[in-house]
Amino acid sequence: MIRSGPGYAAAAFVLLFIFGPLIAVFLRAGGGAMPGPADWAAIRFSVTQATLSALFSVILAIPVARALSRRQFPGRSLLITLLGAPFILPVIVAVLGLLAVFGRSGVLNSVLDSMGLPVVQIYGLHGVVLAHVFFNLPLATRILLQAWQQIPAERFRLAASLNMSAGQIARRLELPMLKAALPGAFIVIFAICLSSFTVALTLGGGPKATTVELAIYQAFRFDFDLGRAAVLAVIQTVLVTIVALVALKYTRTEGFGAGLDRVVQRWDAQSPGLRGIDAAVMILTALFLLLPLAMVVIDGIAGFDRLPASVFAALRVSLILSLLSTALALGLSLPMALTALKHSWVEVIGLFGIVSSPLVLGTGLFLIIHPIADPARLAFAVTGLVNALTALPFVLRVLIPSLKASEQDFGRLATSLGLTGWARLRILLLPRARRALGFSAGLTAAFSMGDLGVITLFADPSRATLPLQMYRLMGSYRMEAAAGAGLLLLIFSLGLFWLFDRGGRRNAEL
Amino acid sequence: MLSFENLRIARGDFTLNADFTLEQGLSLALIGPSGAGKSTLLDVIAGYLQPVSGRVLWQGEDITGLPPGKRPISMLFQDNNLFPHLTVAQNIGLGIRPSLKLSATEQDSLQQALNRVGLPDMAERKPGSLSGGQQSRVALARVLVQRRPLVLLDEPFSALGPALKHDMLRLVSDLMNETGGTLIMVSHEPEDAQLIADVTSVVAQGTVTAPQATADLFENPPPLLREYLGT
Repeated sequence: MIRSGPGYAAAAFVLLFIFGPLIAVFLRAGGGAMPGPADWAAIRFSVTQATLSALFSVILAIPVARALSRRQFPGRSLLITLLGAPFILPVIVAVLGLLAVFGRSGVLNSVLDSMGLPVVQIYGLHGVVLAHVFFNLPLATRILLQAWQQIPAERFRLAASLNMSAGQIARRLELPMLKAALPGAFIVIFAICLSSFTVALTLGGGPKATTVELAIYQAFRFDFDLGRAAVLAVIQTVLVTIVALVALKYTRTEGFGAGLDRVVQRWDAQSPGLRGIDAAVMILTALFLLLPLAMVVIDGIAGFDRLPASVFAALRVSLILSLLSTALALGLSLPMALTALKHSWVEVIGLFGIVSSPLVLGTGLFLIIHPIADPARLAFAVTGLVNALTALPFVLRVLIPSLKASEQDFGRLATSLGLTGWARLRILLLPRARRALGFSAGLTAAFSMGDLGVITLFADPSRATLPLQMYRLMGSYRMEAAAGAGLLLLIFSLGLFWLFDRGGRRNAEL
Repeated sequence: MLSFENLRIARGDFTLNADFTLEQGLSLALIGPSGAGKSTLLDVIAGYLQPVSGRVLWQGEDITGLPPGKRPISMLFQDNNLFPHLTVAQNIGLGIRPSLKLSATEQDSLQQALNRVGLPDMAERKPGSLSGGQQSRVALARVLVQRRPLVLLDEPFSALGPALKHDMLRLVSDLMNETGGTLIMVSHEPEDAQLIADVTSVVAQGTVTAPQATADLFENPPPLLREYLGT
């Protein structure tokens, strides 16, 4: 009904640009040295920080998800929206906010200092874990909340009629659910933290706190040792592939928070003590998530008039880059999604983007480009391409179910009316995929706007995206200007998401 | 004239055989227990399912292998008969031309169809703002503009109340009389068949009986039908 040709072409393009760089990396690594002690340290640190980050995120998410699943209160839907924010929040902006709260001269330390207590340090392992928990506690909460809501309301009604206490319900209903849901949540977050680069770049560093991805960057930036970068890239690919294979076994497709607004009525959890605990959990969570963001806004406003012209140039670059990546990601994923309706293996090709982390792709592309051209001149093109490839799996995950639902509900009607090819696309599939398209475009645009990854490998001092420019300002201790740039980046990332998502929802009667 | 030649349908353990001819302009009701294969037979006629063997002929021409959109058929499904994101006029217009680029005459016939089903002022509404009965009327208006000689109804009015459903069936019956089209409808309610079907076939135990005049059939039900009716 819809021709498969464009989908195959898009899939071939994706394969070429994912496996091309990987092959380049493997070829180069073949001539490189075996991993040395520093590389092993990087592997150990990567795994340690990812384990701790996933562990804390998941454990802390349990009381938050439990409170959300059984309490109706004003601001609940706002809190759930806030839990979705880390998907589109630029990492470097969040780091800036965390520094403002937990950093050397941050809010927390001023309080501790005024009480005569020792101050805390944010750099190193615990800083990296803290930032990862900031990003992944919300994700873990959403996963667990969904699991909580899969316990039928009737079970709780039955439990109430049997006069079961909160403790008994926890043991009989909630613990079995958690046992089933926790490993999946853990492995997803572990995988995310394993390839997180920006957090390690800004809060880690040094021989004791270097991840594999950060080590790739250092091999590039400090030693310009491409052989070692390639070896590290191979290590990273192997690590991520193993974890991705495990994750694939444990995770179910997660719709992006559909139906999280339902609250199950609970007769067991009405005691003042339990109410107090849930209220405290919710307030602390909101504070933990909101305080850093509030600091970004407060410091950002103060730093706005100190913004150098370079920030605005970088903003323009980032905006254009973000829109181009979004166009490329959608231009690739739409034909792939349409073809995946008939041949589901096409979606699997899109998922390869997860396995090859952005820095590995960047390394490979650098190895390919370096002999023939100046990589710095292609910095923006490569960044846009890699961002689109990275976003692809997420876009496909949103788009394919939407197209499938259209075909399932209205496919026969469309067929009986002779809607094939372009007409089917124009009249059935595209209009009904509007929300999914808007949402995934918003996701890609915001992600691409705020990403600080490949660009760090390629850019020379004369070129920068807004996140990179912000990082440079932080590196030269111009914190006010960095805060201003952070606010600007925050506004544009969230704004882009809002615009696209809004565009998909407006007048969409589905 | 619609003929089934040694038609055999199979889906897993389930099989269904049909071998008969339906005269043009008649209305046929397929009646029988759920799961007996009434909707499956419609799917084969409409081209959504291929039979294991045998042929479906329309006016003597083999249509067994034609894709659904190329058959001389309008079909109304149990649900999802309208696209919720399109207006009433667009939904009907698709029956004239899938590209929705309609000429002035075609616009006219669209409006006439709306008038005929009693919804003259609803062209710009979306289905979501219509009642269940009005939505059914819009779907029927599309059947009207499609001008296909064979109309298949897969219990499209089953969600409506009894009075409204009978209104719709009468409207269908009137429309078929006006256009001279052939109708096949699936039902598990004997009254539906008695209300508008000239002839009725019983679908049960793996076979479709040859159409018999509806009144005669119910007056003197064969064992298969008696078992289903519980009389």
